[in-house]
Amino acid sequence: MEIVAIDQISPDQVILFAWGFVTINATIAYTWFIMGLLVVGSLVITKDLSSERTLSRWQNLLEVIVGTIRSEVGEIAKDGVDTYFPFIATLFLFILFSNLFTFIPGYVAPTSSLTTTSALAVVVFFAVPIYGISKNGLLHYLKEYIQPTFIFFPFHVMGEFSRTLALAVRLFGNIMSHEKVIAILLAVTPLFFPVVMQALGLLIGLIQAYIFAILAMVYIASATQTHEETEHKNKKETEPVKI
Amino acid sequence: MDSVSIVAMASIITAGICMGIGAIGPALGQGRAVQGALNSIAQQPDERNSLTRTLFVGLAMIESIAIYCFVIAMILVFANPFWAYVIKKAGG
Repeated sequence: MEIVAIDQISPDQVILFAWGFVTINATIAYTWFIMGLLVVGSLVITKDLSSERTLSRWQNLLEVIVGTIRSEVGEIAKDGVDTYFPFIATLFLFILFSNLFTFIPGYVAPTSSLTTTSALAVVVFFAVPIYGISKNGLLHYLKEYIQPTFIFFPFHVMGEFSRTLALAVRLFGNIMSHEKVIAILLAVTPLFFPVVMQALGLLIGLIQAYIFAILAMVYIASATQTHEETEHKNKKETEPVKI
Repeated sequence: MDSVSIVAMASIITAGICMGIGAIGPALGQGRAVQGALNSIAQQPDERNSLTRTLFVGLAMIESIAIYCFVIAMILVFANPFWAYVIKKAGG
């Protein structure tokens, strides 16, 4: 069952429910579904955590997921992992789950709508200066914009906006194009090839969620690293003396 | 030929050309990036994790150019902004 027709480009155009001035389209409904699933799932699993030798299988699953994401974040952020971890992990899990459920008939990934992906990209756009200022202070953060000389100021500002646009359009384009390819294949060669493409879609969804989270982390790290870099340089210079 | 069919023809042909030409550059770029990453992994297998992560980020950057072309092609085919204008002009 395809609830988005082949000539519709986004699930925003599918109205599930309309009452007065309130209209619920497919994007909102499935975003709520994913949010509810994540929140209720984590609440239920973390209700009875144990530090004994035996632990429930769900806790084991959650520990694996959280540990993997945390180590990935830690490799880029170096220090202050726990500051960035909740934000990055939330982005990753939301995008991952909304991409992976596409194999359920009747489900449309909310990330195949430009509105969802732009909202996520705008969140990253605001998170970068917030983390940067809270780490290094306002003056230090603003000084980054005129590196190496003040001529580069417009390019830095342009880069901020263009990478936000790229973040939104990349996720949207990948997921939406995949859904369209499946819809077209379903019309041309039904039964076998759409199944293969669906299986490929699981990989694409995972990679896109990974890329989105990693890029957000890289942007945040680039806004917060300046202070560490000078420390690092000093440390490197003193090392040979020690030996 | 009336203006509606000219707009339809131009949109469809331009969408195809946009996607076709727009895929050439990113394809070459991604090929070079993967080649470089594979060479590096072959030389230094220990650095595989950091190389793979950098490769994925780089591929995502290169790929976004092709994705822009694709989105523009999709807009031309499915959500053409000139349709409404032309149909209103032809109707009125």
